[in-house]
Amino acid sequence: MLKTLSRPFIPKSSGDFARLGVLLALAGLILFGALRYDNFISPFNILSFLRYNSMFALIALGMAFVIITGGIDLSVGGVAAMASVVAAYLSPYGWFPGLAGGMIAGLIAGSINGLIITRMRIQPFIATLAMMLAAYGTALLLANNQSVSVSYDTGFTTIGQDDFLGFPIPGWIAALAYVLGWIFLERHPAGRHVLAIGDGEATANLMGLKVEKTLFGVYALSGLLAGLAGVILASQFGAGQPTEGVGWELFAIASVVVGGTLLTGGSGSVGATLAGALLLAMVFNILNFENGLGWISLSAYWQSVIRGAFLLVVVVLQARLMKKTEA
Amino acid sequence: MTTIDTSAPGERAARLNMAQFLSRYGTFAAFILLLLFNLIVTPNFLSWQTLNVNLTQVATIVIVAVGMTLVIATGGIDLSVGSLMAIAGTAAPMIFMGKLLPIENMGILIILSFILPVLLVMAFGWFNGMLVTRFSIQPIIATLVLFIAGRGIAQVATNGNLQVFKNPEFQFIAMGRIAGIPAQVIIMIIVAVLAHCLIRYTVIGRQIIAVGGNEKAARLTGIPVRRVKTFVYIVSGALAGIAGLIVVARNSASDANLVGLGMELDAIAAVAVGGSLLSGGRANIIGTVLGAFVIQLVRYTLLANGVPDAAALIVKAGLIIIAVFIQQRAKG
Amino acid sequence: MLLSMQDISKAFSGVSALRSASLEIAAGEVMALVGQNGAGKSTLIKILTGAYQRDSGTILFEDEDVAFATPGASQAKGIATIYQEINLAPQRSVAENIYLSREPKTALGLLDRRAMRAGAAAVLKTFNLDIDVDMPVGHFSAATRQMIAIARAVTQKARLVIMDEPTSSLDEREVDILFQTIRTLKRNGVAVLFIGHRLDELYEICDRVTIMRDGQTVAHSAMADMPKMELVRHMLGKELAAFQAIARDTGDDEAKPVRLAVEGAGSGVRVRDVSVTVREGEISGLAGLLGSGRTETARIIFGVDKLEKGSIRIDGKERRYGEPADAIADGIGLVSEDRKIDGIIPDMSIRENMTLALLPKLKKAGIVDRARQQEIVTRYIKALGVKCASPDQPIKELSGGNQQKVLLARWLCTDPRILIIDEPTRGIDIGAKAEILKLLRNLADEGLSVLMISSELEELLAAADRVTVLSDGRSVAVLKRNELSETALLSAMAHQVN
Repeated sequence: MLKTLSRPFIPKSSGDFARLGVLLALAGLILFGALRYDNFISPFNILSFLRYNSMFALIALGMAFVIITGGIDLSVGGVAAMASVVAAYLSPYGWFPGLAGGMIAGLIAGSINGLIITRMRIQPFIATLAMMLAAYGTALLLANNQSVSVSYDTGFTTIGQDDFLGFPIPGWIAALAYVLGWIFLERHPAGRHVLAIGDGEATANLMGLKVEKTLFGVYALSGLLAGLAGVILASQFGAGQPTEGVGWELFAIASVVVGGTLLTGGSGSVGATLAGALLLAMVFNILNFENGLGWISLSAYWQSVIRGAFLLVVVVLQARLMKKTEA
Repeated sequence: MTTIDTSAPGERAARLNMAQFLSRYGTFAAFILLLLFNLIVTPNFLSWQTLNVNLTQVATIVIVAVGMTLVIATGGIDLSVGSLMAIAGTAAPMIFMGKLLPIENMGILIILSFILPVLLVMAFGWFNGMLVTRFSIQPIIATLVLFIAGRGIAQVATNGNLQVFKNPEFQFIAMGRIAGIPAQVIIMIIVAVLAHCLIRYTVIGRQIIAVGGNEKAARLTGIPVRRVKTFVYIVSGALAGIAGLIVVARNSASDANLVGLGMELDAIAAVAVGGSLLSGGRANIIGTVLGAFVIQLVRYTLLANGVPDAAALIVKAGLIIIAVFIQQRAKG
Repeated sequence: MLLSMQDISKAFSGVSALRSASLEIAAGEVMALVGQNGAGKSTLIKILTGAYQRDSGTILFEDEDVAFATPGASQAKGIATIYQEINLAPQRSVAENIYLSREPKTALGLLDRRAMRAGAAAVLKTFNLDIDVDMPVGHFSAATRQMIAIARAVTQKARLVIMDEPTSSLDEREVDILFQTIRTLKRNGVAVLFIGHRLDELYEICDRVTIMRDGQTVAHSAMADMPKMELVRHMLGKELAAFQAIARDTGDDEAKPVRLAVEGAGSGVRVRDVSVTVREGEISGLAGLLGSGRTETARIIFGVDKLEKGSIRIDGKERRYGEPADAIADGIGLVSEDRKIDGIIPDMSIRENMTLALLPKLKKAGIVDRARQQEIVTRYIKALGVKCASPDQPIKELSGGNQQKVLLARWLCTDPRILIIDEPTRGIDIGAKAEILKLLRNLADEGLSVLMISSELEELLAAADRVTVLSDGRSVAVLKRNELSETALLSAMAHQVN
């Protein structure tokens, strides 16, 4: 047998290590919060935490797929805002038209991203940055520069505000999306193709994979999930909000990256992305409690600084590990 | 990924020539067309006031876009410019309103409120450069860090509050006039001319182009690639800082939430519309200035003719995509 | 015939790349496809696989008229290609790579991972390869990855496997294993199109040969009916004579002072123990098979990669460079092997490309002295005979030979003492080859020390005053002028350190 031929070419990758790290950090934070604050593990805190953060988790999931292909989607915040307006306008016709309308609006925006990236071959960050502008523009136009109240009579607000089996409906939606996302990425051939394309588009093309179709699908999916997040936003806060969603893309990118997904593509995990999103959200939850204790007083503005710091640390660590792997 | 073009050579050449023509003269043609359109359609277009409004509004875009042109020429991108504007624009009033330094002399405070904020954001630019060069982080991601955190820093520093002020000395950079020309327009012209000369005639300018054209080869000819790249991020930071000062001086108020918001897109759009490839290796400063004017004129045209601001956003998005598309096509 | 390509022509923006080329392969046959760089081999392959579309001609595959629109389409019909830089997804597992795009599925449409694992292990076993199929492909050596790529082709029921220089990064033992694999394919009726340069290998494994030159197929023959000399003559055409000995009989070389002395240099796994000397006014050759550490040695001397052990002395003084800029300051120049990747700045003009390394010395208060620049450029364009419309023409518009001259001038204008030149004539037509070698000779006569890395024996024999032979990252022999011969070089290269 040819043992000599199987000599390692590069050292073992660090992805699993990073994924383990985020889980440990999450567990540590939960433990810290549970020990330090009285109401941290109260049902109220847990449920409202999940209700609110499901939107971000959904966007992070779409972003994970985009980043795995080596791309980026900066339009998710704007698309969510636009979808929230569309959903609010359609909510008087019933909860379903509101839900479907918001998701379709997101899907259309995502599909346009996909077309611009695959057909016109424009870099993802330019295409999606432009889409961010266009989506906000559309949202503001539709909403006439104000927030749009949703209908409280058709059950539309149930989507964002009510519980099912004692668990917030947005939480159910996000959980379902993550389960499907996990099955797709880990067990479905097309999911493996997403990973292979992130590993190298030219190679994937030569191996007979449908690169353009897959890329298109990934951006469309990201748009769809952003649309869904927009529906939840409108439903939870009772209004379509054309100026909401600023900085959401960064929350999503940070979650994905903290979850150990390489920004260069080709590697990533759905579960770790969820852990990353929860971890980031948990940090803010804990800051709220800390403010409540009165020891420190951190304004909401610290959120973006902390997000940036998180991104910085993770990205520098990734770069370090990549360098070591190359050497 | 390589695209395989299956069309006949003649057809392809024709298409390429069209793209090359548009890439070379399209911006200028668009500029002229916009002027003509406005002359015919927009009431009172030919007036000092219109010129003034457009020039002052375009000045900050041009200043930031010039820095962006240099960064893009090395094959990078700087998403943090808007946030850096906010930092500089927040720091300056804090200084001359005496919140930061125990100095009584107003003259010194004013001078410091010009210098220190710009130095501060230059340090942030250096930080961007370090992430890109030392840690080999993609520029989009590296500058994303400050894109997020930078505005947060400015907001935390002011707790998100508006700083209102009236300080004619400081506000001279926006309100002042020299020989009837607004000071910010003069700054814009100086910045553009200096950058043009830097790119065309200096060693570092040519090295910037070489690094963007082929980084590996540039390093092998002894060009200090890291230093060149760090330099452009520092320059981009400095110019964003100056633009931030102008914006707050113009508004007589500094709002960390709004100063420079969306500026990165305007700047990138100006560069793309102005004919520099986003993949680097080219820096067309005159094009960038023209690009900024086109973007400004489009916005002005729409607003002056009653189209809502939100629709102007959509038009701008389309403009960016078309410009980038034409540049890529022209490259072949 | 399994495959029959007839009268294939293709032009790129008016420049003809193929002129009625033809190729026929029978099932179970190993066909060699040989030719110089630029002869049209890869264009022909790309047309066959559907990466390019032909302008005219016919392709019959399994007696069916075909025109593949994409590589995916040709793959589906049973044509697999193993590229030089093996095209597998490095972060995906071995099993996934073997099955990617044709995964076995369960009834639910999900991956049948058990079937994938078992199938992958089974097919690898037929090639005598026992590896963990769950490991990412990037963990394995080039040879193993190549076998995985072949295994992929086999599971996809390939009828024709195209191998593009498959042995270029393999050692002898690995080549043996590859050849066993090829024989296995043959037994199963699979045809192999083998593109290669090493003659011995071709004669060992191939049944027939197709020779290409200047976009045409100039000869088809059974391997046994084609003597080596004849084959080389077909490949090179009438220009063989262009390589006349350019080296002079230098007499007492050893009397000249040593300018560059590398002692026991090591860095990473590619360079383990290399010693080379270059004396004043000589062309010192550096030979060795691909992967023997030639280019890497040059990179260490030039400060691109770190010297981890050993020493580098310039004129007797020990030097350690952290960056190419330091080496340049000491009067060293490097013309790299790959002009496109490491050499030219494609969109910049000839003038700027030529003076890039000199720029820091061309400045007055930070501003480029345009007059001096122009004067230098004009001088070198004339001296080296660069054919161009004007110095302001973008360098990408020049031919390979003229680009090489500009890159040479880039260093000559810095007035170097040592010039390292990696594959000086790669991708250059034969006329320009002799011209460049002559140029190097003249420069050496004027006192320049040249370290010439080359994989072409004729080139080394023609131009070098001494040749250091590398094998597996070690210098294994130094041949002086009077000891140089093809056999001497070949036997030194074949030397294995174990």
